[in-house]
Amino acid sequence: MILTKAQYDEIAQCLVSVPPTRQSLRKLKQRFPSQSQATLLSIFSQEYQKHIKRTHAKHHTSEAIENYYQRYLNGVVKNGAAPVLLELANEVDYAPSLMARIILERFLQEHEETPPSKSVINSMLRDPSQIPDGVLANQVYQCIVNDCCYGPLVDCIKHAIGHEHEVLLRDLLLEKNLSFLDEDQLRAKGYDKTPDFILQVPVAVEGHIIHWIESKASFGDECSHHAYLHDQFWSYWNRFGPGLVIYWYGFIQELDCNRERGILLKACFPTDIVTLCHSTA
Amino acid sequence: MAAVLESLLREEVSVAAAVRWIARSTQSSEESPGEAAVLNSLRPLRKEFVPFLLNFLREQSSRVLPQGPPTPAKAPGASAALPGRPGGQPRGGRGARSQLFPTTEPSSTAAEAPLTRRGGRRRGPGPARERGGRAPGVPEEGVGGESLSWPGGRRLKGSGSPSIPSLTLSDPPNLSNLEEFPPVGSVPPGPAGRTKPSRRINPTPVSEERSLSKPKICFTSPPISCVPSSQPSTLDTSPWGLGLPPGCRSLREEREMLRKERSKQLQQSPTPASPTPELGTSLPSRTGSLTAEPADPARVSSPQRLELVALVYSSCIAENLVPNLFLELFFVFQLLTARRMVAAKNSDLELSQDSLESPLFQSIHDCVFFAVQVLQHQFQVLSSLDKGTLKLLAENERLLCFSPALQGRLRAAYEGSVAKVSLAMPPSAQAVSFQPETDNRANFSSDRAFHTFKKQRDVFYEVLREWEDRHEEPGWDFEKGLGSRIRAMMGQLSAACSHSHFVRLFQKQLLQMCQSPGGAGGTVLGEAPDVLSMLGADKLGRLRRLQERLVAPQSSGGPCPPPTFPGCQGFFRDFILSASSFQFNQHLMDSLSLKIRELNGLALPQHEPGDEDGESDVDWQGARRQFAVVLLSLRLLAKFLGFVAFLPYRGPEPPPTRELQDSILALRSQVPPVLDVQALLQQGLRARRAVLTVPWLVEFLSFADHIVPLLDYYRSIFTLLLHVHRSLVLSQDNEGEMCFLNKLLLLAVLGWLFQIPTFPEDLFFLEEGQVDALEVDTAASEHGLDSVPVVDQQLLYICCPYIGELRKLLASWVSGSSGRSGGFVRKITPTTTTGLGAQAPQTSQGLQAQLAQAFFHNQPPSLRRTVEFVAERIGSNCVKHIKATLVADLVRQAESLLQEQRVTQGQKGGDPAQLLEILCSQLCPHGTQALSQGREFCQRKSPGAVRALLPEETPAAVLSSAENIAVGLATEKACAWLSANITALIRREVKAAVSRTLRAQGPEPAARGERRGCSRACEHHAPLPSHLISEIKDVLSLAAGPRDPDEGVSPEHLEQLLGQMGQTLRCRQFLCPPAEQHLAKCSVELASLLVADQIPVLGPPPQHRLERGQARRLLHMLLSLWKDDFQGPVPLQLLLSPRNVGLLADTRPREWDLLLFLLRELVEKGLMGRMEIEACLGSLHEAQWPGDFSEELATLFNLFLAEPHMPEPQRRTCELVQPNRGTVLAQS
Repeated sequence: MILTKAQYDEIAQCLVSVPPTRQSLRKLKQRFPSQSQATLLSIFSQEYQKHIKRTHAKHHTSEAIENYYQRYLNGVVKNGAAPVLLELANEVDYAPSLMARIILERFLQEHEETPPSKSVINSMLRDPSQIPDGVLANQVYQCIVNDCCYGPLVDCIKHAIGHEHEVLLRDLLLEKNLSFLDEDQLRAKGYDKTPDFILQVPVAVEGHIIHWIESKASFGDECSHHAYLHDQFWSYWNRFGPGLVIYWYGFIQELDCNRERGILLKACFPTDIVTLCHSTA
Repeated sequence: MAAVLESLLREEVSVAAAVRWIARSTQSSEESPGEAAVLNSLRPLRKEFVPFLLNFLREQSSRVLPQGPPTPAKAPGASAALPGRPGGQPRGGRGARSQLFPTTEPSSTAAEAPLTRRGGRRRGPGPARERGGRAPGVPEEGVGGESLSWPGGRRLKGSGSPSIPSLTLSDPPNLSNLEEFPPVGSVPPGPAGRTKPSRRINPTPVSEERSLSKPKICFTSPPISCVPSSQPSTLDTSPWGLGLPPGCRSLREEREMLRKERSKQLQQSPTPASPTPELGTSLPSRTGSLTAEPADPARVSSPQRLELVALVYSSCIAENLVPNLFLELFFVFQLLTARRMVAAKNSDLELSQDSLESPLFQSIHDCVFFAVQVLQHQFQVLSSLDKGTLKLLAENERLLCFSPALQGRLRAAYEGSVAKVSLAMPPSAQAVSFQPETDNRANFSSDRAFHTFKKQRDVFYEVLREWEDRHEEPGWDFEKGLGSRIRAMMGQLSAACSHSHFVRLFQKQLLQMCQSPGGAGGTVLGEAPDVLSMLGADKLGRLRRLQERLVAPQSSGGPCPPPTFPGCQGFFRDFILSASSFQFNQHLMDSLSLKIRELNGLALPQHEPGDEDGESDVDWQGARRQFAVVLLSLRLLAKFLGFVAFLPYRGPEPPPTRELQDSILALRSQVPPVLDVQALLQQGLRARRAVLTVPWLVEFLSFADHIVPLLDYYRSIFTLLLHVHRSLVLSQDNEGEMCFLNKLLLLAVLGWLFQIPTFPEDLFFLEEGQVDALEVDTAASEHGLDSVPVVDQQLLYICCPYIGELRKLLASWVSGSSGRSGGFVRKITPTTTTGLGAQAPQTSQGLQAQLAQAFFHNQPPSLRRTVEFVAERIGSNCVKHIKATLVADLVRQAESLLQEQRVTQGQKGGDPAQLLEILCSQLCPHGTQALSQGREFCQRKSPGAVRALLPEETPAAVLSSAENIAVGLATEKACAWLSANITALIRREVKAAVSRTLRAQGPEPAARGERRGCSRACEHHAPLPSHLISEIKDVLSLAAGPRDPDEGVSPEHLEQLLGQMGQTLRCRQFLCPPAEQHLAKCSVELASLLVADQIPVLGPPPQHRLERGQARRLLHMLLSLWKDDFQGPVPLQLLLSPRNVGLLADTRPREWDLLLFLLRELVEKGLMGRMEIEACLGSLHEAQWPGDFSEELATLFNLFLAEPHMPEPQRRTCELVQPNRGTVLAQS
């Protein structure tokens, strides 16, 4: 699961302009049968997100929005049951869920007196049956269930994956008899930055001292790793000393270059943990 | 002065008498009348003797390893005359020094290598007047007539003794500049048959520190190497055409020159033929011409004379009449290891052997003889050097040859020595840990301040990391690279409280990174010899240059390096400079001062009576280590305090005119000192803790600006320090006196301070100024730290890395003379930085306290430490315990009260602030229980802890007293804190709880509902929620389309999926509330799809639909999941949302029976109330439907209403629906 930069680039190369659909994922799995599905999905998702971040702005100009909305209206007038919105999103190379949001927002602007608040829109995206227009509700729903990178369902899945791995890590720590403080405990004590776990007694992993462990249920690519370093890992180091990051879905080998500095990367729970020996003498 | 020396040589005066005469102004009865007469006649010259002697020796040794390569083109020049000074004579360095030889000066300046004057810093009272710029209030002690002293001295020629041109004509010898101090090993044989002088000007690293003070000119000069003879006879023949400018060039100019010089040398260095001095060192002695001239005791020219001078010199050293002990030792070592000597002119040699007319050192034999003589007198100091130096000394063949006895003693000392000096590994930067007690939100004025500081901490470390990565890169510049980021960060520190937080972080990080010697650069003592041991000492020069280029501020700069910020200290220095924040500096000074006071007052181990037992030996190690940690911390803090405090006043040059100076003085004397160091010094001396106080004070003062010594306040400190210096006579070892190594440390640091340009140069050789005022009452405490052997060689060398230059000198001799590696195998033992022992609070008072003090008086100090420690910890634990028990209980009460409140007042509750007040008024009175509970806690916990920590053999009475005292102290500490803070603490905690509760009852109350865990037997093998949601999402997306023709779901898969969902919901190990919510929602959607028969089923084309039986089975499964397994709410009402019901409109023929079945089951299982369903159905009518669909819906509604209470699943509801009725998809 630890990929070299070259391996990673090869995969990323295949992901350019692939829509985030069920079908795309299936094809990707066939293309790289040796990689784990979760890793592939994670890489796909991150690459796609990078792509969206790059192109986000151009889909949000007022001209673009107007254009999309008109196309949507024309489409549903022709056939309300057809996947108008989904196809529009795929055609303009934008995430279906995000396209649904654009159209919904635009729709509400037209039909309500006050501009819709973010929370109203989020709530409608979570539960499209709240959308006053039945056709739009179906279109939005279709976009959301067909988008494998964005949308409330995907967010929930990601969150669940993250949570599950934290639980997994917690169990492993308990199993190894390593006492720790978890994020909630740390927050309750008023820590300003909280890794998933702080070990109450540091251990050594592969010869490196570890004070804290952060679980990342994603693939560690350059972009996300650097963001994490800046927002989290170095902050942890600044407060608690060296620590360990577990990228459960693997990472680019070359990124594990801060070991001496105090940030160790692993793709699984470490096996050779050296603990402080309490001499009983 | 020569007269005195002459008298000595003629044995008119005994050495002892002469030294007494020099050291003390008053006459001693021990002197014979004849001696007294001679000495009295010389009285006005008394104070000049030592500077004279030192200069004389330097000058005499100038032909040792003479005539160097064409070194440093330091433009000779008289340009140094300072503006605004009358008379503008060319002066070197601090200018006036060279005026000691006013009459000869001009000629020598013009004609000779001005190298000599370069550092023209000559100690002596004369210059004081010359410079004329002393504070009006400061008496110009001893100045009277002094400037005439040299002419006076010359008058001696006429009076009796033959002229001594070599003296009078000499340029001020051995005046030199610290930067130009030759590095070790620059005393090498020159290649190609030419001996090499060590007097080359070595381009030592130009550290930035120098910009803070004037060029470091060293009055007593680096010995030989920089001291060319000023005798025309020798000098004129020298190839040294180039001279050096006087020292007082502008710094930039000088730096520029040094840089050019260095690059020149670097170019030369690869060519062995070009004899750069350093290369000389690095050349192994392969050819005979390179080897040192052998020294032969039999060929010494005038042993008696040399012996006598050596004795006088040694006595001056012993009496601390010389400013820097180690500088003199270095000089002597240089003589010992001199390789060659230029031949003097024959005429010189023909002169009388008894007077000063003939050169003192006529050959290498003389030099070595003299050196060995002096070393014999200095054996005590030598034997205290580190083991490595001792080894090199003991192995020195010249020493063996000239004094087998001394060699034997040294060998014995070496064998008995345990003084291995090892330096710690440079620690990698460790961050200051986050401590909730001081760092959490409660310590900040606002959320914003808290979050700002959070960011700042990260920026600070980001900057630090970048510095670590890049500061060694060529061309990288701190200010350019980090300056703006630092200032932007400092700009955000608006609130004063944020500043103090940041300063705390800064100071802690400083201590953490720089306290250990490794943090101070690592190169000081350990590195060079270690590298040497691998490569051979002869590579030293090259390595050193390499290092110079690589490592920014070079840490070792000869025996008298200027104050620097080696290693990581550079980061903190540059940070302060780049931040250039007034507020930051002020907070930093406050914080540093506080910490210095705290550490300086720390109760450190007192003398232990029972030193012999092994127990105290163990304690002793700890005590010494603690002392070392405290001392090093203090030095570091004081250095930075000095740096910041004097920063605004520092400039490269002293004020140009006296008027200006006076006005500055008038201003500055108003400013109170940043830290009352005078009081602290006096206290330290009184409490006999000089060994702790003086070293940090020296660090502080080393950053003083030029005006500081002129201020009465600081001048008196300097005078006091001089007095201390003089009193540290090493040979005196009286009972209760300061320990030898303690003295040695103080002598070393003071000696170093006296070489710093800002040190008032006229002070050193003065009479005993106002000693009366300084007489400190040391009787007050008999056993201070001073008499405890707290200093060991390790600490000595860490504090004074320049002492290590002695060893480097010897090592380079070894490599040069025999070609073998002069390195030592050094063991590097990583030392851990230990936290400082917490200081027990001084809380006890009254008689009980006195009794307790008395109790400890006769107990080993470890007992006291233990008791204080236990009390401190138990007291602190007690507070924590109260927080965790009593306060936590009150918080729980507050929470339940809050709940009640909300029940009675409805969801709105009340105004939170008001609520809080009500709660606090009810709960805070309970805080009084804290004291009794606290007392109980301390009573319960302390005795056990004391018992566990004291030796088993402690007598019962002692033990119980110790326990009681510990209980008392702990209780006092805890109760003092509790009574002052308990109410505020309860308030704070209750407030936090209230806001927590209020927030918790905001959105997503369901998520917080109480949840059951999985059963005990569960092994957590259920499918992961994320996986399930993902699978269901796939089904949903298939149903929603678009889909390929071959896509679909098998009924088995659906069944399996629901089965897995059951497992997951029952396991719960990995289930988080949002996941459960989504599962619930997805399950409802699945149900709707089942009801509407919208799930594409895999199978032969005609089928594509679920059998009704299968659908019912699946619905049953869902119902039971909803009923039994979901713990959060399931949005069942969505089943009847227009959208989901609308799905039915799609199917043809419409079949309503599954929906009716589902509704009935929901009611039957109690999952939905009838009323609720009716309401939902009712609201469905409001939606726009195609006419026929509305009708069917109405029928369903009626049907549901009609037969509510008797659930009869068999009933064929589908019959009610007219199958042929077409449906139109709902249109908006």
